[in-house]
Amino acid sequence: MARMRMIQAINAALAEEMERDSKVILFGEDVEASIFGDTRGLLAKFGPERVRNTPISEQALTGIAVGAAAGGYRVVLHMMFSNFIYTGFDAIANQMSKLRLMTGGQITLPITVIANYGAGRSTAAQHSDTPFPLLMNLGGIEVLAPSDALNAKGLLKSAIRSDNPSFFLEPGGRGGDIGEVPDGDEPVPLGKARLLREGTDLSLITAGSMTRMTLLAAQKIEDDLGLSVAVLDLQSLVPLDEAAILETVALTGRAIIIEESRDRCSAASHVAAILADKGFDLLKAPVRRITVPDTAMPYAPSVELPLMPSPGRIIAAAKEVIERKEPK
Amino acid sequence: MNGGPRVTSTNQFPDIDVFRSLYMRMQVIRKAEEQLAKDVRQGRTPGQVHLSDGQEAIAVGVCAHLDDKDQITSTHRGHGHFLAKGGDLKAMFAEIYGKREGICGGMGGSMHVADFAKGIVGANGIVGAGLGIATGAAFANLLDETKQIAVCFFGDGAANQGSMMECLNIASLWNLPILFVCENNGYSEFSPSATVTAGVIADRATPFGIPNLRIDGDDIELVWSVAKDVISDMRNGSGPAFIEAETYRFSGHFSAEEMVLEAPYRSAGEIHERRQRDPILRAKSQLLERGLDEAELLSIASLADRLVEEAVAYGEAGTPPEEGSALQLMFAGRSV
Repeated sequence: MARMRMIQAINAALAEEMERDSKVILFGEDVEASIFGDTRGLLAKFGPERVRNTPISEQALTGIAVGAAAGGYRVVLHMMFSNFIYTGFDAIANQMSKLRLMTGGQITLPITVIANYGAGRSTAAQHSDTPFPLLMNLGGIEVLAPSDALNAKGLLKSAIRSDNPSFFLEPGGRGGDIGEVPDGDEPVPLGKARLLREGTDLSLITAGSMTRMTLLAAQKIEDDLGLSVAVLDLQSLVPLDEAAILETVALTGRAIIIEESRDRCSAASHVAAILADKGFDLLKAPVRRITVPDTAMPYAPSVELPLMPSPGRIIAAAKEVIERKEPK
Repeated sequence: MNGGPRVTSTNQFPDIDVFRSLYMRMQVIRKAEEQLAKDVRQGRTPGQVHLSDGQEAIAVGVCAHLDDKDQITSTHRGHGHFLAKGGDLKAMFAEIYGKREGICGGMGGSMHVADFAKGIVGANGIVGAGLGIATGAAFANLLDETKQIAVCFFGDGAANQGSMMECLNIASLWNLPILFVCENNGYSEFSPSATVTAGVIADRATPFGIPNLRIDGDDIELVWSVAKDVISDMRNGSGPAFIEAETYRFSGHFSAEEMVLEAPYRSAGEIHERRQRDPILRAKSQLLERGLDEAELLSIASLADRLVEEAVAYGEAGTPPEEGSALQLMFAGRSV
């Protein structure tokens, strides 16, 4: 095991996959300078054939990703901020998510799109979105939400090796988080959630940027309320580990889902719908969602920060869920 | 700034055997689309079609210089490109009839015929979407260090998508082996070009340093000979090029337009006048000049008829894809 920052783990995964498979190529806006640090040093290591800075041309870049993948390459496209996905959305929504079906399965499109998401740092509304819902809804896209150095490295390896288009969404501002990462080649399988904490009274189900905060909240709920709290990190939103969701709720009967999308049609809503459909008999209390209200993210911290999921909101929800009397 | 020249003649011609095969391909495309127009009217297709009758010379003249490893991207008007690039006629009909035997298993239909084994990266329902995809395919060719090229067929309508500028920039910057072929048929769906397009489309390649020229796209000899030189240079590393081929579609933007439009947007006189310049009629008279006789031309046309009849029979005999099969096709390696 080695201790490293999440951004170093991502960088290491990219380097290892590029070494492992000469068909892996990386391009995007400023992948050389790399404002997040995740692609830094790769141009020097692998050369301008395989690592390319591109113009700021998102419509073309997503299309090029499709064409280069169709031409036999394993493409990693860095879109920088997740809001820029919208600028290049045609080739995502109309091409990469649909071409496999439309061609009767003739084609595989091994594309990994990296984008950094999330609010809370006064980057204002056009650099703050969490794009889980729209990507999850496209159908043919795998949506991965790493939450620490360990699963960032493993999920990115799996995404690059996947024959399907995948979005590897980096939690904004979490790149410096330090974690233990295995030395060897250990991809994290797609579609497997990770139980970070066992518990029997309450399940906190979370993903990506909200995972660390949810763990802190879980500890606080245990300390203050004396409850046994499970934390399930979904890791992968498409495919989604429904079995793990139902398994923890079977033990606790109570679920709060915490993630950073706007609430309407959020990933949390989808998990809540699964619990309503398949876990109704397991539930002792209504399912609660802790998400972002349906607003654009404002710049001023005094307005922005209260919109974010927080330990306070989780603890308040936990109290409501626990205090609810079971129906006779 | 003026763009590249209008080219009206070259000093080379396809030899007679090549010309005969070009004519055959044009006939097959024309007859296939005439059949499809009938099929739509008679309810043999579940969906509508966008026909390219009148534009055959461009697809055939360009694709004659490509092999299976070269890629093309096509448009919503893609039957001609598919067939010109060697796509299977029977599998195309089965596809458009919505059958499992179709080239895409009945999942794509008329607007999405694709055959990756033949370098047909696909027709596309989004105007201009092929620009980025073809640029990516050309990028793959560049990295492969092969002499393969990518050809992006697109219309005058797509030339107004912003992504064209992005792709011209990248193609030039990276010296990609990509041929942009703008089929300017004078209409952006139902809008005459003059109402939606400023300037000369080919000129748009000039500031990016991409050689460009304009040709009469209805002259198969000219298209073939111009494409031959451009593609040959491109295989030797000359980088991107841009051809604007002027043409006309005899049919409408799509097969149901008469039902949905209040009034025609083209005059009968205009269509009649353009039919006098039908690329197939012109190819025919060129072939007669080159010494073929009427009987031989007729036999080519009958052969095309027979191939289309066989394709119709194949398509009709096909089976509808199974309910639920879409769930198996979204992801490689697993069901939804």
